[in-house]
Amino acid sequence: MLVTEKNAMTEEIEQLVEKYGSKRSSLLSILQDIQRKHKYIPDFAQQEVARLLDIHPVEVFSVISFYAFLNTKPKGKNIIRLCQTISCDMQGKSAVAKSIERELGIKFGETSKDNKFTLEYANCVGMCDQGPAMIINERVYYKLTPEKAIEILNGLK
Amino acid sequence: MESKGDLRAPVSQTPLIVEKPKDTSAIGGMVSIEINEKKVAVPLGTTILEACKMNGISIPTLCHHDDLCVAGVCRICVVEVEGMRTLQASCAYPITNPMKIKTSSPMVRRARRHIIDLLLSEHYGECYSCFRNGKCELQNLAKEYGVDSYTFGHVEKPKYEVDKSSYSVVRDMSKCVLCKRCVRTCIDLQEVGVLEAVDRGDNTHIGTFLEKPLADVICINCGQCINRCPTAALRANDPSDEIWAAIDDPTKHVIIQTAPSPRAAIGEEFGLGAGHSMTRELNTALKRIGFDKVFDTNFTADLTIIEEGTELILRLYKALVKKESVALPQFTSCSPGWVKFLEHYYPEYIDNLSSAKSPQQMFGALIKTFYAQRAGIDPANIVSVALMPCSAKKFECNRPEMHDSGYKDVDYGLTTREMARMIKEAGINLPEMPKSNFDNPFGEASGAGLIFGATGGVMEAAIRSVVEFVLGKKTEDIFEKANIIPLRGFEGIKYMEIPIGDKVGPVPELLKHLVPNWDWLKGAVLKIAVAHGTANAKKIMDDIKAGGKFSECHFIEFMACPGGCLGGGGQPIPTTPEIRKKRAEAIYAEDESLELRKSHDNPHVVQIYQEFLTEGPCGHLSHELLHTHYLKRGRYIA
Repeated sequence: MLVTEKNAMTEEIEQLVEKYGSKRSSLLSILQDIQRKHKYIPDFAQQEVARLLDIHPVEVFSVISFYAFLNTKPKGKNIIRLCQTISCDMQGKSAVAKSIERELGIKFGETSKDNKFTLEYANCVGMCDQGPAMIINERVYYKLTPEKAIEILNGLK
Repeated sequence: MESKGDLRAPVSQTPLIVEKPKDTSAIGGMVSIEINEKKVAVPLGTTILEACKMNGISIPTLCHHDDLCVAGVCRICVVEVEGMRTLQASCAYPITNPMKIKTSSPMVRRARRHIIDLLLSEHYGECYSCFRNGKCELQNLAKEYGVDSYTFGHVEKPKYEVDKSSYSVVRDMSKCVLCKRCVRTCIDLQEVGVLEAVDRGDNTHIGTFLEKPLADVICINCGQCINRCPTAALRANDPSDEIWAAIDDPTKHVIIQTAPSPRAAIGEEFGLGAGHSMTRELNTALKRIGFDKVFDTNFTADLTIIEEGTELILRLYKALVKKESVALPQFTSCSPGWVKFLEHYYPEYIDNLSSAKSPQQMFGALIKTFYAQRAGIDPANIVSVALMPCSAKKFECNRPEMHDSGYKDVDYGLTTREMARMIKEAGINLPEMPKSNFDNPFGEASGAGLIFGATGGVMEAAIRSVVEFVLGKKTEDIFEKANIIPLRGFEGIKYMEIPIGDKVGPVPELLKHLVPNWDWLKGAVLKIAVAHGTANAKKIMDDIKAGGKFSECHFIEFMACPGGCLGGGGQPIPTTPEIRKKRAEAIYAEDESLELRKSHDNPHVVQIYQEFLTEGPCGHLSHELLHTHYLKRGRYIA
């Protein structure tokens, strides 16, 4: 990371700490905001959050590693999370999964070369009655078919 | 220990605070309970575990440790509480109202056995080749509860790679049972913060920041985690094979120096209770193993006092007389864990660290120069081993700057535990050994060097000499029997003021070339402090940063480990508050039994300044061999 980038990051985190407070309990809110903006939480940001909340970097890392929606490595601009739990599976998840893989040219767990898409599985997203479902960034899409999924992806390209 | 976590600790790790009922008179602060149908009364807020212990009922524990705050994660201590739907973890259950407890009902026994079975199903147990074989808490529980088959399966292959990156601490997470003792030690007790649980569910393991190897994170190598680990997931980096090889090589001259703390504790590894000093027996045993010479680290502890004391006097002289700006207070530098802690967390204060090396490293430099010359041995053929209570000493002897003799000053740092194993391997029963003395030319050392092993010891040793240097009076005239009681004991932070008064003595011969007289110290008050455990060190450092009381101190002793070296990370397992107390008693008793109790009275120290370090303390050669420099490491990991 360049020094200017580091300074900008520090400033950003200082603002977040001001917004949410420097208590230990503010940690998750701060991390979520960083994740939302940068799509991941850089190493340096973790250490700065730790410094400003007066906790240890490893504690921040521990929290990030616990939550699937927080990442320490850069991801694509759009993160697609297809529900892999049993209800969605019974309602045709596999077909949707294959069509997405084919459309984007990547497998689950991978990021497209142009850094536009990251494809992942998620566990139950609570749309069991309207599956298969997926979450793209923070929006839920449901009652998917292979065709509908591709249409949604095309809308994002 | 007083540091049982504070408000920053995770919620699950904060100490139990029980609100007292408004009307305590009705129950008199005591609660009557029934344990296994026996009626007893216990103070309000006592945990079930403590209540059982007080009444002679033992309950197995794994995640519980006397030094650490309550976690309640391993569940092995479950008991039945009448009226409760489920079994309760006794370590985390404060008694606030009358209750009936059963500690050994069929349900309890079955649950405990299942818990052990479950732990074993994820534990990569290779007991024969494990360094904790026979001393493993999990193994003992399995034995106690008669586990005779792996009900839930068994791990055949290690799940994680062993992290051997650190010179001091080896991590083998395949043997971890996730009791989080190391996490609580690192975060709450020591406030270093290297280890924490990473990932979730089945993949949970204890990890470091960004899963980096231990050598690349802010680990200070104190080894306190090793001392608290119930299994062999954490151990010290053991150099005993290399040492055996050196002993077996006829061309090598193998020298060992022994520090005071291992001598006060090694008996525990041979079935003796805590607090038996084995100094002279150890000398014989080491010779029988095949070490060519056995030297007493206390000799260089005495030398440290002279060098570090002189350095302090020079700093004060510069500040008070020459009005130069110097870094004060001066910090001790004997504890390599503390040194690395400062380098990481307070790098702006490295000038305050005494430039004097630790006794181990001073000896290393002298053995391969002074001793090699005298004995006519090529230093290239000398293998220098240091028996220490410490895992950080292994890191210290591998610091790249520790090559002042032209060779690696100290080749290997060996812990008390590893030494005990070598002695056992040689078929020697240490307590039965006849007594023998240390080898010349360094010979016997003073009691001042000996008490380096306990927290406050370095300061006491320094004061014994400084008082005589400056006041020209005997220490005994000021402190009864030369025991400086305010500096002893296990209080986290100790503070003392010593008024110099109007009468000063003549400058002793040794220091004459450095200061003309002591007049400039007339009426001054020497302010000193002592801290042990890095959590306490952190408190002092933050106070200094804020310009508080400790920023006015002149000299502060810091030890990384709770209790000082005697509670070091290389000491026998377990180390508890009671055991630390007994080891300290052994050290102070040995000190009092000695004739020679002040560093500057040590004839060998006087001799080395006459014959070898002829420019005196802090002179040119001293600086070359006995002093060092430090690194501003900082807390960021790239």
